[in-house]
Amino acid sequence: MIDINNVTRVYQIGSEKVYALNKACVHIYPGEFVSIIGPSGSGKSTLMNIIGCLDTADSGTYMLDGIPIEDYTEDELAEIRNHKIGFVFQNFNLINKLTAEENVELPLIYQKVPKAERRERVAQALERVNLGKRAKHLPTELSGGQQQRVAIARAIVTRPSLILADEPTGNLDSSTTNEIMDIFHELHDQGNTIVLITHDDEIARQASRVVHILDGKLSEVSL
Amino acid sequence: MIQSFRMAMKSIAGNKFQAFLTMLGIIIGVMALVVLVSLVNGATGTVTDTISSLGTDLLTVTVSDDKGSPVTLDTLDEWMDEDGIGEIAPVGTTSATGKYGSTSSTVTVYGTTPAYQSINALTLLLGRFVKSSDVDNHTNVCIINEAMATDLIGYTDCLGAEISLDGMKFTVVGVLEDDDDSLTALFTSDSMVAYIPYTTLMRLSSTVSSEITSFYVSSEEDSDMDTAEAAMTLLLMERFEEDEDAFTVSSQDVLEDAMSSITSILSVLLGGIAAISLIVGGIGIMNIMLVTVTERTREIGIRKAIGASRRVILQQFLLESVVLCMIGCAIGVFLSWTILQVVSTVVSSLSLTFTMSWNVVAIAIVFCFFIGVVFGLYPANKAAKLPPIEALHYGG
Repeated sequence: MIDINNVTRVYQIGSEKVYALNKACVHIYPGEFVSIIGPSGSGKSTLMNIIGCLDTADSGTYMLDGIPIEDYTEDELAEIRNHKIGFVFQNFNLINKLTAEENVELPLIYQKVPKAERRERVAQALERVNLGKRAKHLPTELSGGQQQRVAIARAIVTRPSLILADEPTGNLDSSTTNEIMDIFHELHDQGNTIVLITHDDEIARQASRVVHILDGKLSEVSL
Repeated sequence: MIQSFRMAMKSIAGNKFQAFLTMLGIIIGVMALVVLVSLVNGATGTVTDTISSLGTDLLTVTVSDDKGSPVTLDTLDEWMDEDGIGEIAPVGTTSATGKYGSTSSTVTVYGTTPAYQSINALTLLLGRFVKSSDVDNHTNVCIINEAMATDLIGYTDCLGAEISLDGMKFTVVGVLEDDDDSLTALFTSDSMVAYIPYTTLMRLSSTVSSEITSFYVSSEEDSDMDTAEAAMTLLLMERFEEDEDAFTVSSQDVLEDAMSSITSILSVLLGGIAAISLIVGGIGIMNIMLVTVTERTREIGIRKAIGASRRVILQQFLLESVVLCMIGCAIGVFLSWTILQVVSTVVSSLSLTFTMSWNVVAIAIVFCFFIGVVFGLYPANKAAKLPPIEALHYGG
């Protein structure tokens, strides 16, 4: 599913070269629930950007679903993101001017899905995160947990190969955190592949596999 | 596309006041363009109407080189039968000293034929005009204008009075009514004019001979001046060995032409000024769009993360700018219409009519569209090129 081999990403800060990722290798199989844990500055975000096709590696290979992700133009990467990856962000990243429903609909619009089908899939996705009744609300009218659930609905509406969650519970209190984690477990049980990035041991431990990242290097941990 | 259009409408509707301020430049520009040009057009229409009501429908032909085949009265008679040509009257002019009793004055004397009266639409106050028998018999009769009657003879009712022109005796057989509205009257008011038979003038003046160098032509009743002009030119070309420098044919449209060229220059000038204000409006749109792109960096990042391609983002922002411009244009056109209605009502007593000229509206619409595209392109391109990661992390 995900096959990262010797991936290196270097940032040039002034005259100094900073290795955000240094020959990182990780393999994730379909249907797995993997969490990647590491302190801030460990290269977590860079790894997430690369897995999420928001950024490309300087060296090494990355295969997503059997497709090598390299040398793609920005637009081709956008299409891959659109079809293969569902993002869930720490700060939800919903568009505030659009209602919950419209936010969820957006990736389908970019896929040029016909309107009737779009409407049906949006309703299904919102139902799945128990927000069917809040479809017409703006993000600002929803609680943090509800906003994150809208974001999850947006991530799953395209039926992606991979759900990529970057600190999805970082901005939430413990009860909503549980609520969100329950949804992730449900999604996992339904056969989705989930990669969850966090700095919280508690959260990380809920995954079936935990990968530790420190100073750009990855190591498997068994907890 | 429709989806992007709806998004654009939504984003404009979500920020009505800012959108209005942005559009203000365009609104004012469109208003300036449409109102100014329509006003000029309205005024031009009225002025041109006035001018054309002054001019009579005639052609003036001047022969400068007769190539050995001079135009005579007989030639003119032949030409009058040609298609497209109505009547032809020769004109010979001289200046003579007119005397009646003890008063004398300089008189402009025209020698011509009966056709002259109808071609120039002269109205008789008393008596008759030159008759063909007068022309055939070289009779010493004259038809004078009202000014000459009152100033030289002393009274208008002067039929039968004997006056002398350069020593030759003439009997007054008609008095012409002064036509205050005619173009000739504008230039020749108060001057004394006498009309005598062309053949008589040949005797009076040494410069006028049977070779006619100048004559007036009218069009046939059911055809227009252009036809007459074409027919006349053809005849003259034939006669003068296809040498177009041997003669000139001019219509009295020259004043109209001059007027319309002045007003079209004025339209272009005012239109140009208005266009500049439209461009300034466009720069305003670009400015706001750039701010919008910065404001919405995170939104752009989100859209890109979930799969929007550059083209989609470009299209979205470009469409927004074009829609802004077009709404501004629509408001501007509507306000222009209102203003023109009000102006028309206010000046209706002056018999001026100002209607919105749809050509200008069309130009304004096309212009606004291009402004939307041109000034939207840079901000839209800037938005499309934002890298998704940076955009996502912008401002949190």
